[in-house]
Amino acid sequence: MEQYDVGIIGSGPAGLAAAIEIEKNGLSQIIIERENRPGGILKQCIHDGFGLHRFKERLSGPEYAERFLTEVINKKIPIYKNTFVTEIKKDKDGFVLTLVNSDKSIFETHVKALILANGCRERTAKQVFIHGTRPSGVYTAGTAQYFVNISGYLPCKKCVILGSGDIGLIMARRLTLEGAEVCGVYEAKSMPSGLTRNIAQCLNDFDIPLHLSSTVTKIHGNERVEAVTVQKVDGHFNPIDGTEEVIECDGLILSVGLIPENELAKSLGVQMDYHTKGPIVNQRLMTNVKGVFSCGNALHVNDLVDYVSESAEIAARGAVKHIKKQDREEQINVLFDDSKFLYIVPQKINIKDLDEDIIFYFRSKEIVKDAVVKIKAGDVEIFKRKYPSIKPPEMECACLNIKDIDFSTENQITFEMKI
Amino acid sequence: MKKITCIVCPKGCEMTVNQQNGKIIVTGNSCKRGEKFAVDEMLHPTRTLQSTVKTIYKQMPRISVKTNNVIPKDKIFKVMNEIAKVNVKNKLKNGDVIIKDVLNLGVDVISTVDMNLYIN
Ligand SMILES: Cc1cc2nc3c(=O)[nH]c(=O)nc-3n(C[C@H](O)[C@H](O)[C@H](O)COP(=O)(O)OP(=O)(O)OC[C@H]3O[C@@H](n4cnc5c(N)ncnc54)[C@H](O)[C@@H]3O)c2cc1C
Ligand code: SF4
Repeated sequence: MEQYDVGIIGSGPAGLAAAIEIEKNGLSQIIIERENRPGGILKQCIHDGFGLHRFKERLSGPEYAERFLTEVINKKIPIYKNTFVTEIKKDKDGFVLTLVNSDKSIFETHVKALILANGCRERTAKQVFIHGTRPSGVYTAGTAQYFVNISGYLPCKKCVILGSGDIGLIMARRLTLEGAEVCGVYEAKSMPSGLTRNIAQCLNDFDIPLHLSSTVTKIHGNERVEAVTVQKVDGHFNPIDGTEEVIECDGLILSVGLIPENELAKSLGVQMDYHTKGPIVNQRLMTNVKGVFSCGNALHVNDLVDYVSESAEIAARGAVKHIKKQDREEQINVLFDDSKFLYIVPQKINIKDLDEDIIFYFRSKEIVKDAVVKIKAGDVEIFKRKYPSIKPPEMECACLNIKDIDFSTENQITFEMKI
Repeated sequence: MKKITCIVCPKGCEMTVNQQNGKIIVTGNSCKRGEKFAVDEMLHPTRTLQSTVKTIYKQMPRISVKTNNVIPKDKIFKVMNEIAKVNVKNKLKNGDVIIKDVLNLGVDVISTVDMNLYIN
């Protein structure tokens, strides 16, 4: 059986950044990727806006991925492409992965630590309630993006977009540029879920209307979408009678959210956080299963790829320490008021393993102006920062300098937000 | 008075632009780049454009491209028409010029991908 120190599942920006960090520490590793091209979702994100924090440049998705991929190739870090993980079993000093690809058919690989960098998936039509059959012409925004940008095929001529997530907004612009007509974006919530700048540059620039508190309630057509019914919704998201409007179109694009991909994690017994829908981790991004780390969109859905790469590097350093058996463990919980915050990652702190500042990622539940976020250890304030404006679509960071903080099992860590 | 969302960085500051005695006054921006964007937006709005072009390679039928500088906003669809005419016949690197000085705008359409990394 092949043996490596670290196995990385996924070669998106998270997997690639983790690999480079592992390589710096001189450990052996293997990246496993189910597609034939590394780079993950970034391959199809041809728009710019990636890497502003990290490289101080506005890169397109493929350019951002390439900066990491070139390094991975130059360092000769092995990638198994077109390879599926069918099973992961724990043994006494790590994990046995069962892999399938066309070169070697079925084979096993042993790794001492595992980094799950397998990204997220899109919510589909099955997860939103719409009447009618499911004719062709209904696509998730990411699938439509794949068709247009990778295959070069326009999936519809005239469409309605359901949901105001960023990918939907970006596809509204992309389809318009390629000559399709986008009749409008319909969002059940009273505020858009995508970034404000995407509302501006993807919708307003092209006079595409955004209808808030509205949804699609019916798809018409048997083989192919012929029209959809849109309707206003009330405060509880129930359609309001009498507001129905039928819009003729040949496509419905769904941009109703992303969820971390966590089938593999679950199969290993990794505990999940119902706030993030990803694993519960400590500050090294290690899950409750020792030696299993999670990062990028598999951990929680990020809006900026810069944070994806950062989280992967944290996870990689954690894996290195784990393999060198330098990680003792005594964990405390990070608590927060879930009427103020949507989530906070990491959810736990290992207080026996403190040698790096701790980066917290969080989202607020509502739009808040001039919020003051405080972190306390027991009753003692250990962090305070003012955020001029925080919004649920924009993830925020808090970097906690661990010097002089009294971490102990008696002192839970709590997040507070004062408005 | 005009409301403009800054698109320079993900923060997306919502700015207000007022014209007083021929001077443009911007408020609501968090940094200087926002102010410049708002002034440009009032006088001559520009955007960078990203799209894809056809190639002859089966493994990579499309590659991603962008304009290497901003173009006037009202030229976006005209540049898209030029981009639609291209068919790439050799393996390009990141930054290779695909259309030089497109529509005499002083801007090139360049590749944003190194095809050699993906095609053997
Ligand atoms: C459509 C879209 C638009 C975005 N726009 C922006 C933007 O404008 N600016 C910005 O900064 N960020 C943007 N993001 C966010 C950013 O691109 C993502 O957060 C980032 O790509 C996530 O990286 P990742 O490595 O975690 O996941 P991914 O890029 O999804 O990579 C996961 C990889 O794992 C592989 N994989 C999954 N399961 C398995 C398995 N079982 N076995 C083997 N391999 C597997 C997949 O094939 C994939 O290659 C966007 C994201 C999306 C989806
Ligand atoms: S004003 Fe500055 S901080 Fe605000 S969005 Fe523009 S560039 Fe970003």
